[in-house]
Amino acid sequence: MSKTAHTRKGEASFSSDGPRREQEANDALPCDSVLASLSSLGASEHDRRTFLKLAGVPCLTACVGSCMAGWPSLALGAGSAPAEDSRFIVEAQFYEKLPYKKIRCKLCPRECVIDDRERGYCGVRENRGGSYYTLVHSRVCAAHIDPIEKKPLFHFFPGSLAFSVATAGCNVNCKFCQNWDISQSRPEQVRNAYLPPKDLANLAQQNRCPAIAYTYSEPIVFYEYMRDAAEAGHALGIKSVVVSGGFIQQDPLKKLCRDVDAIKVDLKAFSEKYYKEVVNGELKPVLEALVTMRKLGMWTELVYLVVPTLNDSDAEFRALAQWVKSNLGAEVPLHFSRFYPQYLLKNLPPTPLETLERAKAIADAEGLHYVYLGNTPGNAAENTYCPKCRRIVIERIGFAVKEMHLRKGKCEYCQQPIAGVWQ
Amino acid sequence: MRQRLEPNRREFLKKCAAGAMLAGGTHGLPAFFSAREKTRVVNAHDPLLRGAGSSLDSGRLLKMLDRSVQALYATDSPLEAWKKVARPGEVVGLKVNGLAGRGISTSVLLVEVVCARLQDAGIPQKDIVIWDRLNADLESAGFRNATRQDHMRCFGNDTLGYEEDLATYGSVGSCLAKTLTQVCDAVINLPVLKDHGIAGVTMALKNLFGAIHNPNKYHLNVGDPYVADVNMLPPIRQKVRLHICDATTAQYEGGPSYMPQWTWRYNGLLMSRDPVALDYTGWQILEQERAEKGMKSLRALGRAPDYIATAADPNHRLGTNDPSQIEQVEV
Repeated sequence: MSKTAHTRKGEASFSSDGPRREQEANDALPCDSVLASLSSLGASEHDRRTFLKLAGVPCLTACVGSCMAGWPSLALGAGSAPAEDSRFIVEAQFYEKLPYKKIRCKLCPRECVIDDRERGYCGVRENRGGSYYTLVHSRVCAAHIDPIEKKPLFHFFPGSLAFSVATAGCNVNCKFCQNWDISQSRPEQVRNAYLPPKDLANLAQQNRCPAIAYTYSEPIVFYEYMRDAAEAGHALGIKSVVVSGGFIQQDPLKKLCRDVDAIKVDLKAFSEKYYKEVVNGELKPVLEALVTMRKLGMWTELVYLVVPTLNDSDAEFRALAQWVKSNLGAEVPLHFSRFYPQYLLKNLPPTPLETLERAKAIADAEGLHYVYLGNTPGNAAENTYCPKCRRIVIERIGFAVKEMHLRKGKCEYCQQPIAGVWQ
Repeated sequence: MRQRLEPNRREFLKKCAAGAMLAGGTHGLPAFFSAREKTRVVNAHDPLLRGAGSSLDSGRLLKMLDRSVQALYATDSPLEAWKKVARPGEVVGLKVNGLAGRGISTSVLLVEVVCARLQDAGIPQKDIVIWDRLNADLESAGFRNATRQDHMRCFGNDTLGYEEDLATYGSVGSCLAKTLTQVCDAVINLPVLKDHGIAGVTMALKNLFGAIHNPNKYHLNVGDPYVADVNMLPPIRQKVRLHICDATTAQYEGGPSYMPQWTWRYNGLLMSRDPVALDYTGWQILEQERAEKGMKSLRALGRAPDYIATAADPNHRLGTNDPSQIEQVEV
């Protein structure tokens, strides 16, 4: 009856045969060596100048945080600013004032009604005297330089780097979360650095990253920071990409779509039951958000984490593929990703490769043009194939692009346009 | 309401229902798991608790506390009862609730009289720790933060932080406060009798949300089954020995924030070793007050605290919510 388990915060949370042995999983925080570097720095107060100094010297910084996959990471200091630092606290953009100093959050479909001095489900937005504030503006708890393929975005500037940042907090609580130590924490419970939008954009530029990625936790909960950072990035010619669960209301989504350049959505299943029991969210608003993104011309890719026995039936794969084709279009990339046991789902095995291949076969048969397998390094389904001539137009090994056979967004063999944002 | 001072064991037994069983063993899990024994909830009242003014009378509060603990443990003296709560050498944590500020938080005076009795029972000041979720909450409730190890301590979880290990049970996965896991050997839970806009009510079971790092994740579905599951986490289940619900001022609507228009002076305490029975009893008191004020029941409003029943179910067995198994003792 009693089900006690232990997962350690900041500990490598993959099983021994998990992907970190060879390569990090999609959207996972980089590996333990980053945390080791934090430990060595973390005991002392780490001010903004030190942070920028470290972050601004890519060669040095990359070495500090280099991980098995070879991607650089940036060091953040522990407690670099006090919890009540007013620099982090900015009035939230979407909420409604209610009687008796209560508020209703209008950012995500959960619509938390929050008493004075209380926070919403995300843990990073607080009612103070009847006004609602984000506590994580410019309050970055993770900053790494990742290949854009790790997000994964396969049709958006392939082979480029994304300056990837996160704050604490999330508006769902997936039982399989690989970054739960930041996503399920409050900002004062994790190490943070002050990184205002312009400094973030500058760092991306200095590190030759054409894009900033808002990722690892759930960027919707640091919505205000994300929009401000995207604006600062655009001023320097830097794109912004969002890695999200897509659990957001329509109004904030529409405004966000004006500011960012691509969104990768984790479509966690194609059933409300799974969303309720495993995600603590709802499917319907996510589907509505996806339709809106596409209507607004946002470049969108989907990831579907295949969890054995929970969302891996043929019927669900088929229904998903049919819905994507009819509502988003056959050219929207769909990544079936491999699950590894962690956080609150340690009782299930990793996804068998055969299951992933079955999912891909079904989606291919339904007519989707770009179906990938993720967290399966070396698999041929990591490559992009021309939907017309079936030749490889982008060859990948893990997160690295080995060869590209695209010319101005077209297959160089048959001139078939390949959907995506290429230049 | 009848007021009785310094009841001895004989008087107490006379007052109790015939055949009522004594409370369970000295330490560890309470005895309410036995089908033959009722679980005891002491409902203490003193209409003169504030005299003619609005402030609590510390002398009368102390006497009410003494009556309660003596009744709960069925002892001849309060000291004897307190010695059953904790032994010298143990560090005793007092988990208060300071979220709503001075208006509807655990009263400083109640904590003072509990501390006084603990010291009488041989627990030195240095082994008493008053704690809650945040230092700011404690301060707003009127407590002064103190961390010197040779004195009584008072601090929020933000002082020591949380364990890195994730503790899980059922639907919850949380990191526990180090104050609970590393500092305290025993915990006395001191919630407040009040309404909760999301979880229905907040008393003994819900107050232990202050021991986890992610309480905001567990208010869905009116806290069911999350509140019960959190209370199953071993350090909580093993260390919490006594629940004293501050009902000097209670709030029947608008919680957890302080809404003075919905508070009333109950001038009492609820005490039990069974958090489920205490919460069930407190819930009925709040419902009665709501009915008297012409308000809808929590069930009618869709926020009945069903987590109380879940806490009593076979997967939890944290206590009983069966009125026939609850022996209510009024003192």
